[in-house]
Amino acid sequence: MIDTPPIDWFGLSPVLALTGTAFAALLCAVLVPRAARRLAAASISAVGFVAGIVLSIWLYVDSANGHTIVAGAFYRDRWTALGQVILCGLGLVTTLLAVEHVPGWRSYADLDRRDDHIAEFFALLLASGAGMAFFVGAANLMVLFLALEWFSIALYVMCAIDYRVEGSLEAGLKYLIVGSFGAGALLFGSALVYGATGKISFDGIAAAIGSQGLTGDAFVVTGIALMIAGLGFKMSAAPFHMWTPDVYEGAPTTVTAWMGSATKVAALLLTFRVMTTAFPQNQHLWGWAFAIVATISLAIGNFAALVQKSVKRILAYSAIAQAGFMLIGLSAGSALGGRALMYYLIPYSAAAFGSFAIVAARERELGVAVTLDNLAGFGWERPFLGVAMWFFVFGFAGLPLGGGFVGKFYVFAAAYQHGWVWLVIVGVLATLVSLYYYLAIVRAMYMRPSEELGLRPAVTGGAPAKETLLHLAVGAALVVSVGSLFAVQPLIDLARHAAGALPL
Amino acid sequence: MSASAYTSILIWLPIGGAILIWLLPLSRYATGSLALLLSLAEVGFWIRQAAHFDFSQPGLQMEERANWFGDLGVSYHVGVYGFSLWLVGLTVVGMAACTCYGFWVGRDRSRAYFGLMLLLTGATVGVFEAQDLLLFYAFFEAMLIPLYILIGVWGGARRMEATIKFVIYTMAGSLLMLAAIVVYGLQAGTFDLVDGPQSASRWLFLGFMVAFVIKAPLFPFHGWLPDAYREAPPEVAAVLSGVIAKAGLYGMLRIAITKFPDPTSFYRTTVLALAAAALVYGSLLAFRSPDFRGVVAYSSLAQSGLIALGLFAGTDLGFDGAVLQMVAHGLISISLFLIAGAVERRTTTGEFRLLGGMARGRPALATLLMTVGIISLAVPGSASFAGEFLILAGVFQRDWWWAAIGAGAIVLAAMYMLRLISAVLHEARGSTVSDEALDLRPGELALVVPLVVGLLFLSAWPAGISGHSFSGPSPAAAVRSQFK
Repeated sequence: MIDTPPIDWFGLSPVLALTGTAFAALLCAVLVPRAARRLAAASISAVGFVAGIVLSIWLYVDSANGHTIVAGAFYRDRWTALGQVILCGLGLVTTLLAVEHVPGWRSYADLDRRDDHIAEFFALLLASGAGMAFFVGAANLMVLFLALEWFSIALYVMCAIDYRVEGSLEAGLKYLIVGSFGAGALLFGSALVYGATGKISFDGIAAAIGSQGLTGDAFVVTGIALMIAGLGFKMSAAPFHMWTPDVYEGAPTTVTAWMGSATKVAALLLTFRVMTTAFPQNQHLWGWAFAIVATISLAIGNFAALVQKSVKRILAYSAIAQAGFMLIGLSAGSALGGRALMYYLIPYSAAAFGSFAIVAARERELGVAVTLDNLAGFGWERPFLGVAMWFFVFGFAGLPLGGGFVGKFYVFAAAYQHGWVWLVIVGVLATLVSLYYYLAIVRAMYMRPSEELGLRPAVTGGAPAKETLLHLAVGAALVVSVGSLFAVQPLIDLARHAAGALPL
Repeated sequence: MSASAYTSILIWLPIGGAILIWLLPLSRYATGSLALLLSLAEVGFWIRQAAHFDFSQPGLQMEERANWFGDLGVSYHVGVYGFSLWLVGLTVVGMAACTCYGFWVGRDRSRAYFGLMLLLTGATVGVFEAQDLLLFYAFFEAMLIPLYILIGVWGGARRMEATIKFVIYTMAGSLLMLAAIVVYGLQAGTFDLVDGPQSASRWLFLGFMVAFVIKAPLFPFHGWLPDAYREAPPEVAAVLSGVIAKAGLYGMLRIAITKFPDPTSFYRTTVLALAAAALVYGSLLAFRSPDFRGVVAYSSLAQSGLIALGLFAGTDLGFDGAVLQMVAHGLISISLFLIAGAVERRTTTGEFRLLGGMARGRPALATLLMTVGIISLAVPGSASFAGEFLILAGVFQRDWWWAAIGAGAIVLAAMYMLRLISAVLHEARGSTVSDEALDLRPGELALVVPLVVGLLFLSAWPAGISGHSFSGPSPAAAVRSQFK
């Protein structure tokens, strides 16, 4: 008989709720008749994410004293819980978006096949959500790797789910190969760290490094470097970003919206935890490493975005640049940095989701990929989505139309407090460059008449579709993104309590 | 309702109105009327605010304060001083006139247009009332968003380049200011402008000044100005030069000079030189400019230089004159741009070689343009004469040659303004001026005449502003004491 550790089921409940509903959604694929499958699977998905939100809020309230559960494998604390709230919220809006927009916009006209894989899609969405919810709470290297693979595999399949479209398959394959490489780097790094310290739990590693004086140990340092590389792939920070534009562009836009927002939340929150919990003695190393990665991301993301024509690619490069901004907060490695990161992620993920959702709406009415040219007139044709888009992109740019402004301010404050004025200057210059392409999106939407370019909405042919659920999802993202500018204090308090769970 | 509520109402009423206009599916006429009503209500609230303002009291008045995010010491803190009261007044009056102009010419996509004009009003008032650095920055940036869209959508043929240039220029400055704000605030432990200490850091001073000299603008940071002023719709160009440019000058007074006394004296000669260069170079360009708006645009550059000269003179007379001149030039430049718009509507052009002889049969246009033009070239007895005289006297106390340069440039002002008047009103009739081009209509008169009346009033009683901007007998002492 193997001894099993006591399990705090409640501590795992958001993950379990998502996993359970993932199975239920998968069963829909075989048990529910085709006509009702979309609605049934989507409802299950919504239920799963709502349950996840409720349970993780409950856990947040109930986990003032953070601790590990299940034999030190998983953190039950406010950092985990707040991360799960954000992830489940993103999952919920993705569900709303997905109802009318999966498997893919290109096959949408193909009416008899449009419900292929619909239940599987929601099952994978829930499964990847569960994986991410598990990932942010990982307390040892095993769980870290397991959860990473869990949500990554689900995402690989989601990218390729629109298999009749070559872009989708290509995106899936590319993400699989590059992602596996990243996971391999992470695994190798973990093995080196384990080899040097003999521990797999984060706090055990920190204790071993401290007691055995391993701060400068070659295995530990190489291990940290490889882990940074592996995690860098997931958060799409340069120079580990090569897959991002292609995958974001090729994947069905619904999937891009989910990946672009949720993966980043999970990867950044976990990275901050691993670094501060397992390697506090090596902060001088990883702090610099992330500062450099942030600088490279800001440079590459912003300059590459300048020359893009496809809106999805612009947003992909913008995602790389935004990772750079958040890494500024992360590299400070302080309580203020943690707060900055957590706060930044809230408006950022809402805006990232919302902007891709709007691209999805445009794609669907045109039937072709959205470029800056064929965005012309969009703002006047669909005023709500147009206005939402300018709030999102101006929010990215750090103009005071959304929480992105305060988020930038916070990460700069964290960098300054850490004594890195140069990083503040880098961030400021990067913001300046980024304005050009963010403004280009607004310019495309409002300042060029669509008649001039001879655009004609293809699928709906005339009046834009009434996509209530999509509007609802974009509206929710807009409320979060703008509301976070006004409700800074409550959100910062939440973030402070969350960061209080980390040993800072 | 307590008097301090006016401070916040002036900011949030137009912003709320903008949201309302975007949400309600009103007709073009109803939208325009609502926007006009709101902008007139702003003027009304400002009059109430001014009536409650105690000019004899030092310190911030009608302040309101609420926590925004306390862990870094950032708060929603608004209030007014004497000089900010006048700038708020300039903003609400100018915006009301410009909104009215937009209504009168019937801008298309009216809900978007009027919503943005109201948003711009709220943001600009916010700049003049904010007493927290981050809040100031937020409003400073928020002005840019409606301006970008207003120029980009309703502007002229080359609006795209104009907007990009304008936004990139101004953001370059204000982002450096953000970095300076972060550093200043974290060093001081508060972002509050009233409580915040003075700093001796030259880098921080430069970070702030870059933003302000670009916004004002001063030579050589005016690259965005000619394009933006030419391509913007006339009423937006009026706002830009009459009101928005004053935000940069206000920032110099409220933040750069007040919070950084040592760097101010260290860089005084440099800034005075830039200001003098803007004054002379702007006047020369205005004299050479081939079109109506070009003259007004470059004369704004010159006037910004003159006002900066007054501010950085650092003397009592200089400060008084600078505030008076900010308001006077604001009214002049709004009137001139609106008249330019009226001329362009009638002739489809602002180019002097196609204009001329418009005075014949158009007495109202001729009278108004002459009046504003003559006030602007600072004939003795006019508001800008008072302002320029105070500024020159103030800068004379610093060193005589600054005043000599300034006085020379005022001669240039007479040259370019008289050239403008004769090229539009007199000389041979231009090829685009037809008999069908009517005199100013009652609607146009209704929005330019009040501005001109305001100017005449200021001409009669310049001390209304110059004597009521700073508490106490000495403005320079008030600045040194950070207006406490």
